[in-house]
Amino acid sequence: MARRTAIVATGQTYHKSIRRDVNGQELINEAVVRSLEDAQLTMDDIDGVIIGNMDHFEGINYVDCWSIDGSGGYMKPTMKLTTGGTTGATLAIAGYHMVASGMFDKLLVIGWEKNSESDTTGGIITCTDPIVERPIVAGAISGLACEAQAYMHKYGATPRDAARVSVRDHKHGCNNPHAHLRLDLTIEDVLHSPVLADPLRLHDMCPRTDGACAVIFACEGIAEKITSAPAWVLATANRHMFSDYSDVVQMASLLSMVEASKELWGKLGIKEPLKKVDVIEMYQPYSWAGMMWIEDMGLCKKGEGPRLIWDGVTDMGGELPINPSGGVICTNPIGATGLIRAAEIALQIQGKADKRQVPDVQLGVSTGFGGNWWTDMIAFGKKKPA
Amino acid sequence: MERIAIVGVGQTKHEARKIQDSFADMVYEAVKMALEDAGMGVNQVDNVITTSNDFWDGRTISSMATGDVSGARGKNVSCVEGDGTFGAFYGMTRILSGSYGTTLVTAYSKGSESESPMITNAAFDPIYMRCLGLDLVTACALQARRYMKRYGITEEQMAMISVKNHLNALSNPNAHLGLKITVDDVMKSRKVSDPLKLLDCSPVSDGAACIILANEERARKITDKPVWVKGVSFCADAYLLGDRDLAECKALEKAARKAYGMAGIRDPRREIDVAEVYDAFTYQESMWTEGLGFCGPGEGGKLAVSGATAKGGDIPVNPSGGLLGAHPVIAGGLIRMVEAVRQIRGQAGAMQVKDNVKIALAHGVNGVCGQSHCVWLLGRNPN
Repeated sequence: MARRTAIVATGQTYHKSIRRDVNGQELINEAVVRSLEDAQLTMDDIDGVIIGNMDHFEGINYVDCWSIDGSGGYMKPTMKLTTGGTTGATLAIAGYHMVASGMFDKLLVIGWEKNSESDTTGGIITCTDPIVERPIVAGAISGLACEAQAYMHKYGATPRDAARVSVRDHKHGCNNPHAHLRLDLTIEDVLHSPVLADPLRLHDMCPRTDGACAVIFACEGIAEKITSAPAWVLATANRHMFSDYSDVVQMASLLSMVEASKELWGKLGIKEPLKKVDVIEMYQPYSWAGMMWIEDMGLCKKGEGPRLIWDGVTDMGGELPINPSGGVICTNPIGATGLIRAAEIALQIQGKADKRQVPDVQLGVSTGFGGNWWTDMIAFGKKKPA
Repeated sequence: MERIAIVGVGQTKHEARKIQDSFADMVYEAVKMALEDAGMGVNQVDNVITTSNDFWDGRTISSMATGDVSGARGKNVSCVEGDGTFGAFYGMTRILSGSYGTTLVTAYSKGSESESPMITNAAFDPIYMRCLGLDLVTACALQARRYMKRYGITEEQMAMISVKNHLNALSNPNAHLGLKITVDDVMKSRKVSDPLKLLDCSPVSDGAACIILANEERARKITDKPVWVKGVSFCADAYLLGDRDLAECKALEKAARKAYGMAGIRDPRREIDVAEVYDAFTYQESMWTEGLGFCGPGEGGKLAVSGATAKGGDIPVNPSGGLLGAHPVIAGGLIRMVEAVRQIRGQAGAMQVKDNVKIALAHGVNGVCGQSHCVWLLGRNPN
């Protein structure tokens, strides 16, 4: 009983490094209320709720149960999904399957994180094996630095190339009222920011943000009544393929992206994604990924990422704008980050992205990154799939 | 709903301490057994759902530990954080969405490496409630007290459930805690949190479970003994304990009503042949039998004493020994599904309640004091 399914409404909070004015449940509720307002629905119209974050960042166990007062899940089916940084994208993929399955007509999907209440790096370290890897892994930054070093070594990319990616995203972020960081940076600003882990500098890296995102998925027949422009899910693909950190950080290539994108383009019948896709919201936690991973996605050959970046192909107004929202480098409430990517693509398809709108979006792709170098991808279309 | 079947099941032996096994080792064992049970290769698994909980595992992104051994390499995969019955639900929708023909679902926990009071204390509001010392056991003691007071249920009635389930666990080769005990033994066991005594509480075990779901076409190719999903639903109640009447289980009633509706069940006590429910404590089995409609509100104690829920009774509950017999936390509900499948197939050995089990119920819980419930109705016949 597979049914066509779309995102029909989205809501994002005011994203900031520390939201002292709200607790976790209130933060979640801010996004939920905005998504319901966007859909012109009330909580009574919603059949079920799925929610996700990373437990160790807020230190709250059974978040599906704890969040009921904010999520609106009282006396409704409520479930939690968590896959690390990919959580938000994982949630969007789950929203699709659960509605397409016929079990729910209208499903509320929530990603959130209140990073200010956490020690993010301390939390991330505990993802690794306690005996073999935990003594040597130091959170997300060091692993990404290893990957960047491997990429520099293998393909000759430079910190200046990476800085160009960062400048792009920060410039885009200035157009987004939801962006946490709105900085008009120059390449020199990035290159002179403090070193975090060589070669990564402060402005190469995403921040940690307090924020939430809520998205409403609906099935065909109902979706069209809620909005004149549903963002139809065309295909999903993901890979969470490794268990050990040391397997992946020195490859100079995101293998999960290679495999997932190959599957996604195959499902869409696309051979040249650079030409066919109109906009991408990429879970790009640091600048170097903006070159390396678009190669793995098949937008260009390995080693050609920097050229695409310098040619402005991925800038607003370019052939394939990437991260019109400013992306993860501007805003990163971790459990919400992947879902914000999907919500931003939905806004692009709905024509509701205001100053960050890419003209005439027919096909948009959102990605998630997290866990142990994992990838989740979703393709959305303006036209209802056949 | 399009027909979905369970085509393979596996579980480890559940023990107090599997010192020789990591999370991955346990899950691999259960997956291997489920694949062998179904007669499938891992390449016939279209996609994978793992279930885990970062707090119980003491690691963030806990699914990292078990993706590879669940056969997820090169496949689409996701992770539900909560009881395995919820993971199985998501796994089922990934087939119903038309995306995949089969889903493999795993769940596991290592109680021996967990600090239950600290882990479950973290489920409570960090400002107002954690400092009261609430954890799973103390909160459930409050619930037990409220339930007993409201309906006049006695500690002796609850003790009967302990006697029954521990005895049942003796005939379950995978159980952790099979015991031949008397009501008097339960009454005299160490008080843990009034009114709960040691033998009213489930142990915290090490173990893993796995099930494989398939659409009708694939199920019929894979096995000649598919077990069909007749109905399933889940529902969550309010969070704050003070916002609920703890003697009630409205969320379970609602989930059960929906699942019964899907399965066409009108008289659950008569139509269901066997139930595997989430008896983390003795009083919970009693409450859940009420919520599931096997008896009226407040009658769960009498039901237990009447012998109706014993292996030879008219509505056998937890012939496997339930959670009182083995409780690897996150796998708790998925093990109930495994046992329900084995009953329907007639493969439950000494636990088998009768030859011709047509409908079996499996039940899982998330959160504290039964805040969120998932109810599965499984059947021998697809119609």
